[in-house]
Amino acid sequence: MLAAGGVAWISERIHVNLPRWLSLLTFIGVTAWVGAVWLGGPDQSGLYANQFIEWIPRFGINLIFQIDGLSLLLIGLTAILGVAAVVSSWTETKQRTGFFQFNVLWVMAGVVGVFSSFDLLLFFFFWEVMLIPMYFLIAIWGHEDKEYAAMKFFLFTQISGLLMLVAIIALVWVNYEATNTLTFSYEALLGLELEGSIARLLMLGFFIAFVTKLPSVPVHTWLPDAHTQAPTAGSVILAGILLKTGAYGIIRFVITLFPEASQDFWFWGMLLGVISILYGGYLAYSQTDFKRLVAYSSIAHMGFVLVGVYSFTTLGMQGAIVTVIAHGFSTAALFMMAGALQERLHSREMSDMGGLWQKAPRMGAVTMFFVVASVGMPGLGNFIGEFLVLVGAFNKSIVLTVLATFGVVVAAVYGLSLMQRSFQGELNPRVSEMQDFGVREMSLMAVLMIALIWIGVHPQTVLALSDGFVQILEVIP
Amino acid sequence: MFQAGLPYLILTTGLIVLMVGVSIHRSHQVAWSLTVLTLIATFISHFFVYEAVATDIVVITELFRVDSIAYFFNAVFLLATLVLVLFAQVFLDRRTKFTEEFYVLILAATLGAMMLPASTHFASLILGLEVISISLYALIAYPDHARPPLEAGLKYLVLSGVGTATLLMGMAFIYAASGNLDFSSIHITDGSMEGEILFLIGNTLFWCGIAFKLSLVPFHIWTPDVYHGAPSVVTAFLATVSKGAVFAVVLRYVIEADILSSDTISNAIMLIACASMVIGNLLALLQNNLKRLLAYSSIAHMGYLLIVVFLISVNTSLGYESALFYLVSYFVMTLAAFGVIIALSSKSETEVDTLNGISGLLWTKPAAGAVLIAAALSLAGIPLTVGFFAKYYLFTAGISEGMWPLVVCLVLGSGLGIFYYVRIIFRTLEKPQEELSVSVPWLGLSITVLLALAIIVFGLYPTPLVDLIRAILVFPPTL
Repeated sequence: MLAAGGVAWISERIHVNLPRWLSLLTFIGVTAWVGAVWLGGPDQSGLYANQFIEWIPRFGINLIFQIDGLSLLLIGLTAILGVAAVVSSWTETKQRTGFFQFNVLWVMAGVVGVFSSFDLLLFFFFWEVMLIPMYFLIAIWGHEDKEYAAMKFFLFTQISGLLMLVAIIALVWVNYEATNTLTFSYEALLGLELEGSIARLLMLGFFIAFVTKLPSVPVHTWLPDAHTQAPTAGSVILAGILLKTGAYGIIRFVITLFPEASQDFWFWGMLLGVISILYGGYLAYSQTDFKRLVAYSSIAHMGFVLVGVYSFTTLGMQGAIVTVIAHGFSTAALFMMAGALQERLHSREMSDMGGLWQKAPRMGAVTMFFVVASVGMPGLGNFIGEFLVLVGAFNKSIVLTVLATFGVVVAAVYGLSLMQRSFQGELNPRVSEMQDFGVREMSLMAVLMIALIWIGVHPQTVLALSDGFVQILEVIP
Repeated sequence: MFQAGLPYLILTTGLIVLMVGVSIHRSHQVAWSLTVLTLIATFISHFFVYEAVATDIVVITELFRVDSIAYFFNAVFLLATLVLVLFAQVFLDRRTKFTEEFYVLILAATLGAMMLPASTHFASLILGLEVISISLYALIAYPDHARPPLEAGLKYLVLSGVGTATLLMGMAFIYAASGNLDFSSIHITDGSMEGEILFLIGNTLFWCGIAFKLSLVPFHIWTPDVYHGAPSVVTAFLATVSKGAVFAVVLRYVIEADILSSDTISNAIMLIACASMVIGNLLALLQNNLKRLLAYSSIAHMGYLLIVVFLISVNTSLGYESALFYLVSYFVMTLAAFGVIIALSSKSETEVDTLNGISGLLWTKPAAGAVLIAAALSLAGIPLTVGFFAKYYLFTAGISEGMWPLVVCLVLGSGLGIFYYVRIIFRTLEKPQEELSVSVPWLGLSITVLLALAIIVFGLYPTPLVDLIRAILVFPPTL
């Protein structure tokens, strides 16, 4: 993928469209690879792929790539949304397409690295690698306020990343003092017994980094800006995939590396989740900007992930994972819709919209579908996720669960108001001509719809894949 | 003994030949070629005589002790100087009529820089330091077409003079307390109250002088002005070779004199380090001039490096490893950043050193812009660049010895740093305001590209560099 990025950059010189085709092919290739690996089934230890290469033996840092069910699931999501991002920005970016695709490919490569690294420093490496091209995407191809948004995005994620780096090195050093081996391997560090106070501090280091990425209140403020200013492909990647790395980090690292400290932390984790759900929903409702609204709704949805994870029940964890996947699809689709609207109307303000259904019935129907999905209608993926989360959380704290359930209601309110303000009602007189979705966009949306319906009616596909990982959690007291 | 001193002799010979040659026949081309040749020959000679220091400590009088670490420092300084000399040829032509003495001075400064890592005695310390400083006075004020260099040169002359005087006074006090000038024997033995106080005063003054040379807060005020006024080639020399050499001798002093066993001194140094990291980065935020910005950033980087001073007094081998790795990467990225400025300014009378000047650089001059982005990312310590592993070493150093105040300041400083480094990147990415009309010399550009490649290659795979440094430390004479 990295190589493809380089090739894409150069190929711009040959033909303007070539980079697009190249990166599209790359993503389709990755999707096919994921499918093949999935069908091939795991080996005895539950891994789908396993790579080990020495990198910096001096510090016990190695390239350890492993793909288990959870990783495979998320890499699959990444690949499909990669296709979506490329297709959706087919006509939007007109300058420097080569460099644009280069950045898109590099972000994606970083994300795949994050999902498959089992060496903590390697993980951190990819964690940061995916940020730089993302920063470029916002800073070069963004909208009017791009400088501010890009800077904010970079600062938030970098500083929280530094905290994580300190926590990683400290963890490794504690391990070194205990066992006298210097290693960054995830598996080697899993068994480490930590003292309560140290564990709590280190856990916080990781937690803050991941929660910033997720994002949850109170470190969410970079997200609306970054989303609003990013080009469509950027938003799709950001919402669909980058946020998921935060969730993945919490599930994979915080909980397993610091089981006891995390158990003690459950209340705060769930509370942050609930606050995110309600506050994010409240803010989403008061937005007038299509993209901002969707951005704030992401905060609310990611709150469910936190609630699910910190409920420490199998159901909650499964629900969180399903939510991650389903939200990836539905939000990506909504951001693409926002991008498509902006391209046609040159505005994201909902006051410039209204009654668009009459002009573009296909766009209206598609939006309807994804809004309803994101609100959590039974039969679609998001419902399964949120339902499982709430059932899981109910065992842990009834009060917090009830509050979180209110979030579902709030979601319905802002979701439907989005629909109403943009597509229904009287036709806005300022809208003169508008092109409906063509074959390219419709077929893309169809893929995402099928994915959501599939998760909705047959969640077993996802559950079975993530099951292996959730089982490991059961073993942890 | 003769063998180990060979590199020094070669450099001195080259220097004298050049000096005499210039007085007989002036030719920029010849002077330049001779300088390049001398630097390369000196660099290569290290490999031939490496055997001598690989297994043994070589003592050259009381003043110098040459070991493999000193050789490593020398090699790095020589390469850095070579890079700058390669830049200098085109750069100087636009700035002065008499270019030849520049090379004499820069060779002399390099000789001084090579003395410091091998120095074990206050006399050789001051000797090396002054050889560098005095050459620098002239170098900074070298261009005769403009006023800022003259102002900067004068500023540096006065302030550096005060710094050296403070340093000498400190040495005098230490001598009064311990009766020795040799690093390894300046402990106070009798433990009397009076001796202790003298020793403390001496060390305070000594560290003030050192802090001035390394431009650490609160002795940093001269840095931005001098960096700004000096011709970029000299600024780059000041930022890299001169500081690296002082740092090398500080490391040795700390190890041999075991100076950090005193709580008072170690607390004071910790305070200086924290202040440098935070204040250096804070002041850099508001700069609109690239050279001033890099000046503040170098203040911060020297503050980061002080972490190693603490590590080295407890864990010498990891300390040296971190120090050497950090210095090498700091050299590479600083030279890359300055290299872009030098390359852009080479063909014009004035220097292209404002943030406006680099606006849209990536689109008008893709290679230079890409190098600048790589250098900025590396200075900020972002992965994929060698700067990340340098910072990683420092984090490891800080955490392994539990020096939490320093680690906190490192995080804080790096966070602030990202802000202004990213601003550089943003300016290179924005739409170009006007077409940059200057042409860029191919030699300068290809060197900066090489440096940027080094940043990225070692950023992806630092193992060769780590292995090389560990090989140097296999027989650690001073450890």
